[in-house]
Amino acid sequence: MENVLGFFLQHREAIFIVILSVFLGIEVISHVPAILHTPLMSGANAIHGVVIIGAIIVMGHADTTGSMILGFLAVVLGTLNVVGGFVVTDRMLEMFKKKK
Amino acid sequence: MNELTLFPYGISILEIIYVVSSVLFILGLKKLSHPLTARRGNILAAVGMGLAIVATILFHKKDGEAIGNIPWIIAAIVAGTIIGWVIAVRVKMTAMPQLVSFFNGMGGAAAALISMMEFPHVHSDLIAAHGMANGQVLAILLGLVIGSVSWAGSMIAFGKLDGWIGDLRVKSMKYVNVGILLVITGMVIYVMTRNVQHASELNHWIYIIFAVAVVYGVLFVMPIGGADMPVVISLLNSFTGVAAAMGGFLYNNQSMLTGGILVGSAGTILTILMCRAMNRSLLNVIVGVFGGGGRTGIDTAGTVKEITLSDAAVLLSYSKKVVIVPGYGLAVAQAQHICHELDKLLDQKGVEVKYAIHPVAGRMPGHMNVLLAEADVPYEQLIESDEINPDLPGTDVVMVIGANDVVNPAAEDDPSSPIYGMPIVKAREARNIIVMKRGMGKGYAAIENLLFFDDKTRMLFGDAKTSLQNLVNEVKNL
Repeated sequence: MENVLGFFLQHREAIFIVILSVFLGIEVISHVPAILHTPLMSGANAIHGVVIIGAIIVMGHADTTGSMILGFLAVVLGTLNVVGGFVVTDRMLEMFKKKK
Repeated sequence: MNELTLFPYGISILEIIYVVSSVLFILGLKKLSHPLTARRGNILAAVGMGLAIVATILFHKKDGEAIGNIPWIIAAIVAGTIIGWVIAVRVKMTAMPQLVSFFNGMGGAAAALISMMEFPHVHSDLIAAHGMANGQVLAILLGLVIGSVSWAGSMIAFGKLDGWIGDLRVKSMKYVNVGILLVITGMVIYVMTRNVQHASELNHWIYIIFAVAVVYGVLFVMPIGGADMPVVISLLNSFTGVAAAMGGFLYNNQSMLTGGILVGSAGTILTILMCRAMNRSLLNVIVGVFGGGGRTGIDTAGTVKEITLSDAAVLLSYSKKVVIVPGYGLAVAQAQHICHELDKLLDQKGVEVKYAIHPVAGRMPGHMNVLLAEADVPYEQLIESDEINPDLPGTDVVMVIGANDVVNPAAEDDPSSPIYGMPIVKAREARNIIVMKRGMGKGYAAIENLLFFDDKTRMLFGDAKTSLQNLVNEVKNL
């Protein structure tokens, strides 16, 4: 019990952000029309590419060849997620715009 | 130290940029949910991401140490950008869902890799003070498990949508899956309760957990049917969001935390919205017990009546109002361009043509809109099913192309049907119905569709693309 309470105190800011973000995420997209489900999913997919920041940090402090290779791979995969995600979403949305 | 003297306020700048990028993510997501602002929203989020990446490279410090290996990092980013860009630009619009799945998997894999590399570096002071059961280890393990499941699951979903992996349905599968989940939980608890000085002593467990999580990801997606893939991709999308947030927790990085959780919760809601459009629960999709129960239709099935191409062409050409109901079959046959050609041709003959878009038509909700938009069908011609239903009794011909469950009257008539209650396009209310289908196969829900046996219905069998092409030729020759 003491452990759990201590854990909460230690990470209260992060826990706060998590809770608020959960509500924010629900609120922000709850009125989305069905036609935008696919682009929205794709856009959200690109946003979780923030994981690339973690990959950069890992790579930035890698010291062995093994961790360099894995770090390099992580950055490449993270970038794929970010760039591919945003470009694909833009392509989809471009189609919606064109036909006015 | 050099870096510190150069940029004494580097950390502050970094944190400010993280705040800015978090705001941009939120604004981007918000704008993405409105048709007019969607594109700008996507660009805003991309700018936020770019800022966060550049700022991290320039200003990030871990225990006072700046980011090293910068040339390698840039090389990796350049490589990823080129590959990602080329794939994203080249791929066909019909292949969009599997592409989203693929990119999602990449994010999951990155999260899993980060966890693998950070595990041995958990500070021994932290372990000495709190043992292995501390926030960092938990974040690393959760990031590993969720990231690996998301990666493996997304790759299977990608393969299924691309058609090189089939469904695997074994009844006992769900028990196996629950079992594996319990094993993973057990291993996480085991690692967190070990008494060690350095986390690296438990390194082998990280690889074991990774392997088991991958197996789980594969088995989790394997039994789920093709039409349910969008729901699964959306779910895995929110998984990756949570995995990214674990990284934010680990590095105390607010940008990762907000971005990840935002996607996690938005993705979950989106998943639920998709399920609701099909009138099913998420549990139902995952466990996959669809198609059971309900009237089989054997007792009521009559005979189907076929229509010849020339009759169909005449019927369409001399109508006033035609409504096209496109479905999965149209998407698979990639017949959207030829379909638009037919509607232009009819339009020239003075026929009013509209498209009835069911929320779950296509391979993903909203996918049909994207596909038809790609074929240059004007936006005003695409009408959502709720709006077009009142017009259908006054419509001369409803042409159903490769759609089945979304026009099945059982959703309204038969309370025992598994799709009962799902909103449908009320095709049977039109004066005539032409159904283009490959054969008499059932829809995904595996239930009989009484619409096909209706007196007003005529069937036109064959591949949607070929049939439409022939129909276009016939109409031209009239």
